[in-house]
Amino acid sequence: MEQMTASQPARAAETAPRPETIRLQPTRGFGRVLAPRELWRYRDLAFQIAARDITVRYRQTALGAAWAVLQPVGFMLVFTLFFGNLAGISSNGLPYALFSLSGLVAWTFFSTVLTLAADSLVVNTALVSKIYFPRIFIPAGVLAAGLVDLAISLTILLAVVLIWGYAPGIAILALPLLIAMMLATTLGVGSALAALNVRYRDIRYVVPFAIQMWLFLTPIVYPTSSLSQPWQTISAINPMVGVVEGFRWSTLGSGSAPLDLIGVSALSALVLLFAGLAYFDRVERSFADLI
Amino acid sequence: MSMAIETQGLGKRYTLGLHSSGNLREAVAGAARRPLQTIGRRRRRADSHDHLWALRDVSIEIADGEVVGLIGHNGAGKSTFLKLISRITEPSAGWAEVTGRTGSLLEVGTGFHPELTGRENVFLNGAILGMRRSEIRRRFDEIVEFAEVERFLDTPVKRYSSGMSVRLAFSVAAHLEPEILLVDEVLAVGDASFQRRSLARMGEVAKEGRTVVFVSHNLAIIRALCERGVLLENGGVVVDAPADEAIDEYLRRLERSASDDLLARTDRKPKTGSESRVRRVAVCDDASGQSDVVVAGRTAKVVVEVTEVLPDMHCRLILVNSLGQPVASLNSEVDSPQDTRDAELGRRIECELKSLPLLPGRYRVDVRIEAREKTHDSLQAAAYFDVEPGVLSGRPMPPQGSDGDVMLDHAWRLPG
Repeated sequence: MEQMTASQPARAAETAPRPETIRLQPTRGFGRVLAPRELWRYRDLAFQIAARDITVRYRQTALGAAWAVLQPVGFMLVFTLFFGNLAGISSNGLPYALFSLSGLVAWTFFSTVLTLAADSLVVNTALVSKIYFPRIFIPAGVLAAGLVDLAISLTILLAVVLIWGYAPGIAILALPLLIAMMLATTLGVGSALAALNVRYRDIRYVVPFAIQMWLFLTPIVYPTSSLSQPWQTISAINPMVGVVEGFRWSTLGSGSAPLDLIGVSALSALVLLFAGLAYFDRVERSFADLI
Repeated sequence: MSMAIETQGLGKRYTLGLHSSGNLREAVAGAARRPLQTIGRRRRRADSHDHLWALRDVSIEIADGEVVGLIGHNGAGKSTFLKLISRITEPSAGWAEVTGRTGSLLEVGTGFHPELTGRENVFLNGAILGMRRSEIRRRFDEIVEFAEVERFLDTPVKRYSSGMSVRLAFSVAAHLEPEILLVDEVLAVGDASFQRRSLARMGEVAKEGRTVVFVSHNLAIIRALCERGVLLENGGVVVDAPADEAIDEYLRRLERSASDDLLARTDRKPKTGSESRVRRVAVCDDASGQSDVVVAGRTAKVVVEVTEVLPDMHCRLILVNSLGQPVASLNSEVDSPQDTRDAELGRRIECELKSLPLLPGRYRVDVRIEAREKTHDSLQAAAYFDVEPGVLSGRPMPPQGSDGDVMLDHAWRLPG
C-alpha cells in the first residue's frame, strides 16, 4: 500500500503555486526505502550525512587515511607468515602476500562497513528520534564513507601488484561489477543489521562474532580451488566468495575468470540487497518509537 | 482559506512495557514456540492495557499563516502531535494532511557533531532541518551573525562553550524558511538576552505569514505569540479557542486537578516503574497552620506526602507563577547545614521557606521525587497557593501587578 499520497487538492487553485500536500496515515507493507521521489526530495541531507561521515572518520583518527592501508597490509603480513609460510596453504601459485592482500582489500571494506552500519541507527538516535528523513541514508552514509577507504586501499593494491611484476590486464574492467556486488551485499546486510539493532540491542554483540565466522567462510587465507566441486559453486552463495575470487582474478590478471562463482555470488548479492532493504522498509516506521 | 494542517481522527498508540524494546532471546523463543503465528504475521494483539494512546481522535484544521499554541499537562499529547505532523513517527489511526514543508524545532542542536567545525555544522544542521544547500549558503552570513560566533567558524564545535553551540544551533533553526514551523520549548535555551532575541525572531516568523505550531509550558510566551490556543488533555483536544481563553481554561483545570486526589492523576512521569508516588502537596502558613494561603514575609511550609520513603530520596520543588513561568527551584539534593532528618515525619517531606519573599499573587508547585539518580514521580501543579501582602524585614510588599515575582530583602542608603 502507498505510504503517502501526494495530491494537489482542489482548493490549490485559489492561490499562486501551493506546495504539495502530503498525507500521513498508518501504513502497511512496503514502499518506503524504494521510493525514489522521496529519496530525491531529501538528496541534500543524504549528501550532508555522507560528507559528515567521511569528514569525521578522517578527522578523528590520528593516522587518518593510513588506516585504510594499515589494516589490510597488517593482516597480509600476518597471514603470509602463518598461513603462507608456516602452514603452507596453497595460493594457486601466486605469491601468498599478493594472494591474501587482494582478498583483504575487499574484506576490510566489507567487515568495517558492516560493523559501523550495524551500529549506525543507534549511534544516530538523536537524529532518528527528532527529525524525519528517509532512514536508509544512515547506513548508506556509512557505506559512502567506506568507499573513500576502499579507493585508497585499491590504489595501494594495484601499486603493489605492479611493483611485484604482475599486470592486471583486461580483467580489471570487471572490477566495478565486483565492487557493485560487494556494495549490494554490504548495504543489504548492513541495513538489516542496523534495523535489527534498533529492536534488539544484542545485535551489537552478535556482529563481531558473525563477521569472524564469515571471514573463514570466505577464501581470504585459502583459495576456493581447495574445495571440491560442487562445493566450490555452492560456497559462492556467500557473495564475498565471488567478490574475493573475482578481485584476485581481476587485479592480479591470473588464471581464468571464476565466472561460475561470480554468477552465483551476484545473484546471491541481489537477493541479500533486496531482502535487507525489504526488512529495513518493514520496520522503518517504528524506529522513532523503539530507539 | 487553505489549510496548512488538517487532521481527522488522528491517533498514536504506544506499546507499554517490555514488549516495546524486546530482546532477541524472547523473540527467538517466541518464534520457536509459535512458528506458525510468526510466519503468518498474525500474532495475537497484546492486551489493551499494554497500550497507551498518546493521542486519540484528534481532528483539527490549522489554516495557512495561523499561529497556534498547544498547551496541556506533561503527557497530554502535545509533543506526540508535533512528532506526527513532522513525520518522525507514524500515526496509528486517522490521517493528517500537511501542505508545505515542515521545519521542526523539536530540539535545538539535533545532529550537531562535535568533531565538525561551526561552518560544517551549519550546513549539516540546515540540511537536517530541511533546508536546501543553496538556501543555507544564501543565509549563511545572517545565521552566523545572529549566533555571534564569526570568530570560531572553523573551530570544531566540541571546543565551543555550551552557550555558543546553543546559539549557533538556534540560529540555524531560526533562519529556516519552512511553510510550517513546529516549535517545542526551544526558547528555554541560552542566556536572557539571547532568549529575548529568539523570542523576537519567533515573532517575526509569525508575522511573515508562516504557519507556526508552538508547544510551550511558558504560558506568557504562548499568550504573546499565538492567536489560537488548543488545550490537549489525555491525548484529546478539549478546548480550541483564542489563546487567552484556552490558557484561562487550562489554568482553571490545573487548579481543579490540584485539589483532586493526587494519586488519581495520570499526567505524571514516569508512567511505570516508580516505587514512590506523591500523595499530597500542601503549602501552609507556619504560624496559623492555614493551608493554601500564606503571607509574604512570614514563614511558609511546603508539605509533600509520598507513598513510600526510599533510601537516598530527594525532593525538588518548582514554584511557578500564574503565567507558567518558574520563579524558584528548591532541591533537597543540594544540602545545607540547616537541613534535618527526622524519623517522626513518617512519609512526609517538609520544606520551610523563611520570610517568604514572593509578591502577592497565585502560584503553583511542581514536584519531583528522585532516589539514586532515578525520577520516581514528577507532577506539575501538585498544589496551588495564594500569597497575601505582607512585610519583609519591615518593608511592606509592593501591591499585586508590580514587576517581577519576588521581593529581595534589601536596604537603601539615600543621601540626605
